[in-house]
Amino acid sequence: MKLDSRIPEGPLAEKWNNYKANQKLVNPANKRNLDIIVIGTGLAGASAAASFGEMGFKVKNFTIQDSPRRAHSIAAQGGINAAKNYPNDGDSVHRLFYDTVKGGDYRAREANVYRLASVSNDIIDQCVAQGVPFAREYGGMLDNRSFGGAQVSRTFYAKGQTGQQLLIGAYQALMRQVNAGTVEMHTRTEVVDYVIVDGKARGVITRDLVTGEFSRHFGHAVVMATGGYGNTFFLSTNAMGSNGSAAIKAYEKGAAFANPCYAQIHPTCIPVHGEFQSKLTLMSESLRNDGRIWVPKKKEDAEAIRAGKKKATDLSEDERDYYLERRYPAFGNLVPRDVASRAAKERCDAGFGVGTTGLAVYLDFKTSIERLGEDTIRARYGNLFQMYEKIVDDNPYAEPMMIYPAIHYTMGGIWVDYELQTTVPGLFSAGEANFSDHGANRLGASALMQGLADGYFVLPFTIQNYLADDIRTPRMTGDEKEFVEAEKAAKAKFEKLMSIKGSRSVDSLHKELGLVMWDFVGMARNKKGLEEAIEKIAAIKKEFWTNVKIPGSDKGMNVELEKASRLADFITTGDLMARDALNREESCGGHFREEYQTEEGEAKRQDDKFTYAACWEYKGEDKAPELHKEELKFEVVKVAQRNYK
Amino acid sequence: MENNISLTLKVWRQSDSKAKGGFETYKLETVSTDSSFLEMMDILNEQLVGEGKEPVAFDHDCREGICGMCSLYINGRPHGPDDDVTTCQLHMRKFKNNETITIEPWRSAGFPVIKDLIVDRTAFDQIIAAGGYTSVSTGGVPDANALPIPKDDADEAMDAASCIGCGACVATCKNGSAMLFVSAKVSHLALLPQGQVEAALRAKAMVGKMDELGFGACTNTGACEVECPKGVSIANIARLNREYLSAKLKD
Repeated sequence: MKLDSRIPEGPLAEKWNNYKANQKLVNPANKRNLDIIVIGTGLAGASAAASFGEMGFKVKNFTIQDSPRRAHSIAAQGGINAAKNYPNDGDSVHRLFYDTVKGGDYRAREANVYRLASVSNDIIDQCVAQGVPFAREYGGMLDNRSFGGAQVSRTFYAKGQTGQQLLIGAYQALMRQVNAGTVEMHTRTEVVDYVIVDGKARGVITRDLVTGEFSRHFGHAVVMATGGYGNTFFLSTNAMGSNGSAAIKAYEKGAAFANPCYAQIHPTCIPVHGEFQSKLTLMSESLRNDGRIWVPKKKEDAEAIRAGKKKATDLSEDERDYYLERRYPAFGNLVPRDVASRAAKERCDAGFGVGTTGLAVYLDFKTSIERLGEDTIRARYGNLFQMYEKIVDDNPYAEPMMIYPAIHYTMGGIWVDYELQTTVPGLFSAGEANFSDHGANRLGASALMQGLADGYFVLPFTIQNYLADDIRTPRMTGDEKEFVEAEKAAKAKFEKLMSIKGSRSVDSLHKELGLVMWDFVGMARNKKGLEEAIEKIAAIKKEFWTNVKIPGSDKGMNVELEKASRLADFITTGDLMARDALNREESCGGHFREEYQTEEGEAKRQDDKFTYAACWEYKGEDKAPELHKEELKFEVVKVAQRNYK
Repeated sequence: MENNISLTLKVWRQSDSKAKGGFETYKLETVSTDSSFLEMMDILNEQLVGEGKEPVAFDHDCREGICGMCSLYINGRPHGPDDDVTTCQLHMRKFKNNETITIEPWRSAGFPVIKDLIVDRTAFDQIIAAGGYTSVSTGGVPDANALPIPKDDADEAMDAASCIGCGACVATCKNGSAMLFVSAKVSHLALLPQGQVEAALRAKAMVGKMDELGFGACTNTGACEVECPKGVSIANIARLNREYLSAKLKD
């Protein structure tokens, strides 16, 4: 496997312009004869499919949901970053680029991040033209707020529903193309494999989730934009249907999987309440602007609270340990996500946790309410407080919220070059599904930016450069042997799942996998634990393939069968995450190896050994994957230890 | 504080769109009142899988009230007995010990049942495709601050745009009308200068598509507004009527 990042020539700020000046184009008459398959309808998928349709390509777009508008991008609350510098606070493309590379703990590719920052302003313009109702000031101009990891206010927002509004914007652009006949929409349809012809991605095999029927679809190029793999952990902030199967299928067909161990654990989520909990709910990072995080100073108090004998409000100021303010006086409660999460775990592990389980810390608005009044806090966070109250049945204006970290986002993903092309020619990857821009830790409000950058402003250029060589390639019918064989293999997998007829439900196995992931491949990792995890995951894999129980048949709709096929791929992902975490003998961003920390317990990188993207090549069923390295070169950014003290 | 309750569930089962469905009754013991309604459904399904029976199919995804995927007609109300929430945000503390809960799919001519509690809502996509957008393509647009928009207009547009497309408004309407859904989109875009250009065309196209797809007429009962989990106001319907009328007058 050869990793060629294909970074254009020239100084950093000129690379993207140079690329665009020299790339190949496809003329309008030829575009009509070229087919593109897009998998996924989130921010990246919908914006790409809509843009391709507008350009004149023939597009087929697939989603597992009942409508493209359901994709999980919709759940993003806080906002989207851009380097507009409307508040005149010193922001610039270079500043946004620099913050993103630093926030990622110097594990992202400079050229890609610079391009991301440079198209960020175009995204805001595009969304406003679509009618996205961003928050405005009384003068009619757009409003900005600040987010973690930045010293400027560069985040645009639409109430606490920014992801929803951006996705609806992209969805409407997409439906306009459906109406125009350039995009063919396939809902409740899952891509179950790719078709490779002469080494190039030329199509997909799909399964209709309503009828259970398989189909073959041809495309001159294929774009996968199916999000992250956080649900490997079973409990995460991801939607129930979010899955990493399209990524694992790409990996099994020759696409390198990069940095699988980089998973973001978000510090402010509602804690786990019981065995039947199905998902974890995120409370926006913006709450940390006015909320103070604490646990009791004395263990006896923590024990009394867990036993229900004391309440948070019974503790006086000097009985509380505001541990983030204590450890990080400079940034306080606004340290980056990875730092805040680890600090919460450290306190709970040491026996100071609250809630019935002891796995929770307080997020307290008392000081802010005293300073600003309850009305101001209600205006800022009312919808989040209401959401909390509905779930927990506690009034957060009177009692502090309880929070705990949870898996939220995966920075790792399918390796792509500068053109967002994977190691399989003709197969592209966009949005959270690829590994490209966030290094080892993503900053708040950057995921929406990346998804839309890839779909609106990067792929429409780079895919032409690829397709320009394909104008003489006729459409395939789907009867070619590669299509027939891929469909046969996909069908066989589903038949095999149905034939096991064991005794364990899919969810019970998924929960078992999730626990192993959380305990050994979660917030703190070490060599022994990771080796143990790899063995445990192998055992779960064996149990799954011999003892899973799927009622019903493979004809018609069968939700358990869908879940089982995705769990099979989560097991592969879990193994890959553990192997990558074991290989990376350093701590960086969301990846914390206990062996590599400073005396104060902070993450310690090993730049001389690990300044690379770890890219894993599939070598076959039950064989260990092979590691390839893309060395990261920093020509502009000065690599340093992150310091938030 | 944690409490457990026992429940009797009457659940609509229908093997596919053509089958004749019917209610099945299930007993559930020890459901935590801290569970969400859909977690209670998970417990039921885990129990059914254990018995080798097919679990109940229901739509759900984000489980935090924003994707619009979950539905369910619970004890005669879309999204159940709590206000301003979707089914996924409804919690079992809203129910009593030994209560019988009736669970049905959305029932409307515009939303045919696919299986059990899952219905087909692609009609909403078709209505949006008919005109629920501004006709701008990627690139070549002016700077985002080139056009000042009064804050009140932007806020009002945001309120209309907060519709999640779940279909509760249609499910609760005795006429099976989609007017709240259509009016929310027409209002969102008509309130903004970017959307004004095509406002008349959009209102006609979307209403035309809604009628064509078999949704009923609006008789202003206001039931839709009561059940909307996002509080979308029927003032939007009045605005749609104005837009539609003025478009027709121009014909």
